[in-house]
Amino acid sequence: MAVSDIMSATSRERARERAAEYLLRRHRFRPAEALPWLIAIAVFFIFPDRMTFGSQVLIMVMFALSLDLILGYAGIVTLGHAAFFGIGAYTVGLAAARLQWSEPISGLFAAAIMAGIVGFITGWFLLRYRGLTLLMLTLATAIMLQETGNLRSDISGGYDGLPGLTFNPLFGKFDYDLYGHTYYLYVLAALAVVFYFVRRIVYSPFGQALTGIRENVRRMHAIGSPVHRRLVTVYTIAAAIAGVAGALFTQTNAYVTLTVFDFDNSAKVMVMLILGGTGRLYGAFVGAAVYMVLEDYFSKLSPTFWQFGIGLMLVLAVLFARRGVLGLFESVGQYLAERKKS
Amino acid sequence: MTAALEVERLNRAFGALAVTRDVNLTLERGARRALIGPNGAGKTTLVNLITGALKPHSGRVLLNGEDITASSQAERARRGLARTFQINQLFRGLTVLENLCMTIGERDGNCNNLWRSAGAKRSVIDEAIDHLESLRLVDDALKLVRELPYGRQRLVEIAIALAQKPRVLLLDEPAAGVPSSESHLILDVVAALDPDIAVLIIEHDMDVVFRFAKEITVLVQGAVLTQGTPEDIMNNEQVRDVYLGQEGHRGGHHG
Repeated sequence: MAVSDIMSATSRERARERAAEYLLRRHRFRPAEALPWLIAIAVFFIFPDRMTFGSQVLIMVMFALSLDLILGYAGIVTLGHAAFFGIGAYTVGLAAARLQWSEPISGLFAAAIMAGIVGFITGWFLLRYRGLTLLMLTLATAIMLQETGNLRSDISGGYDGLPGLTFNPLFGKFDYDLYGHTYYLYVLAALAVVFYFVRRIVYSPFGQALTGIRENVRRMHAIGSPVHRRLVTVYTIAAAIAGVAGALFTQTNAYVTLTVFDFDNSAKVMVMLILGGTGRLYGAFVGAAVYMVLEDYFSKLSPTFWQFGIGLMLVLAVLFARRGVLGLFESVGQYLAERKKS
Repeated sequence: MTAALEVERLNRAFGALAVTRDVNLTLERGARRALIGPNGAGKTTLVNLITGALKPHSGRVLLNGEDITASSQAERARRGLARTFQINQLFRGLTVLENLCMTIGERDGNCNNLWRSAGAKRSVIDEAIDHLESLRLVDDALKLVRELPYGRQRLVEIAIALAQKPRVLLLDEPAAGVPSSESHLILDVVAALDPDIAVLIIEHDMDVVFRFAKEITVLVQGAVLTQGTPEDIMNNEQVRDVYLGQEGHRGGHHG
C-alpha cells in the first residue's frame, strides 16, 4: 500500500468519526441548558411576593413549548392552539365545579387526555391541509369550541365562567398560600416533567422526521414517510401539553371563563414563541418570559397605552431579530467567533 | 420472472390536455432504460404517476408483480421504489448526514420511536456514512445542504435515493443544472449503480443516454412512440424526425 493510501485511509476514518460524533453528542445536555431552571428557582427566592405572576409565566412557557413542537419542529402553522388550552382549563374547571373532582394532579392527567383526544380528532381531519387553509380551519375550531361552551352556559357558566373553584391540597398536604408559593413550585415541577418529555421527542428519530416534514414534505413522501400519521401524532401530543397548561391556569387562578378559547390567546402564544425563537426548545422560555414581563411593566407604566409598548417591541423584533431573541443571540455569537478568528 | 416495474396502459389528463396516453413500460430486474422525448412530452408526469405523486385516470402500475396503483406515494417508497427529482428536493436546513440518517430511519421504521435519541443507533449513522463515502460526500457530511454547491446537492439527491435501498430507481435528469465540469461526477455514480437495481433515467443529453442505457423508450406528446436498443433508436426514422430531427433543426439555427 502506498503511503498516500494509508494517509487517506486514516483521514477518511477521522472524517467518519467526526461525523458520527456530531450525531451521537447532539442530544446530550449542555451546561447552558441549566440556566432557565436556575433562573426560575432564583426567582422563587428573589421575588417571593410575585409568585402568582411567576406561575402565569411558567404556564405560558409550557403553552408556548407545546406550540414549538408543532410549529417550530413540524412546521404546522395554527391559529387555534388555544382550543387545547381551553379544553384542559375546562376539564379541571368542570370536574371541580360539577363533579367535585378537586384533586389537582389527577386533574392534569385528565386535562391531557381530554385535550389529546380533541387534538387527535381535529388533527386527523385538519392536517390534510396546509398554509392558509389550515390557519383558517384551526381558528374556526377554537371558535366553535368557544361557542359550544357559550351555547351550554348552564354547564360551562358561559362568559361569566366558573368562579371560586377550590382544589385539594397537593398530595393532600401542601395547601395554597396567599402568595402562591406552593403553586409556583407545583407549576415549575410540571413544566420540568413536560420539558423532559418534549426534549426526548425532539431529539428522537420521530423528532427528526418532524423537521424533515418542515424542511421538505415532498421529499418525506418520496422516502416513504407516513407524513399524515406523524403530524397527527405530534399534534395530539402538543394538544395534550397545551391541555396541561390550561389545567394549571384554572388551578392557579381558581376560576376559568370562556376567554381561554379567545383568538387572542392563540395569537399571543404564537407571538411569544416567535419572539423567543421557534424550533429551539428554549425559545418558549425566553419568549414567554420577555413578553409577559414587558406586558406587566408597560401596563403599570401606562395603564392606557401599554399595548403600544408591546407593539413597538414586536416591530423591533421583526426588524432586527427575525429568528427571535435566541436567533439574535446566535447571530451575535457567530459574529464574535468570526471576529476572534480573523 | 416478474418484472421489477410494469406500467400498463396508463392515462392521465390535465383538463383537456392528455399528458399521458396509453403508456406501457416494463423494467426488468437490473434494467437500464432511458426515457427520452422532447420538452413537454410528459416524462416527469410519467415519473409522478409511477411514484404516486399523481393518480392516473386509468391503467395500472405494478411493482414486483404487485398492483400498487392505489397505494400512496410513501407506501410505494417503502416497497422499494425510489426517485430523484428534476429540481432538488432536499432538507436544506439540515446537514447532509441528517438527510441520510432520516432516510434510513424512515426506511427501517426507526422514526416511529419518540423516546430514544436519534444518535443512539450507531448502525444508522455508519450506514449513512457508508453511503456518503461511496459518493465521496463524507467531507461534506456535517455541512448544511443549502451551503453545498448545486452539483454536490445533486449527489445528495442520489445518495438519499440509494439509501432507501430501492429495487426500482427513477432518475429524473440527475445532471440537470450541473456545470459540465462537474456532471461527470454524477454520471460516474449513475454508471456504477448496483446492477440489481432496475433504473429508469430521464435525460436530455444524448451522450449520457447512449452511454448509460441498454434500452430506450421514446415519449412524444404523452404516448410511447417507440422503444428499443440504442442502435434501434438511433436508426429509427420517426425518432429522427420527431426528436433528434428537432434537435438538429435547433442546432442549425445556432450554427
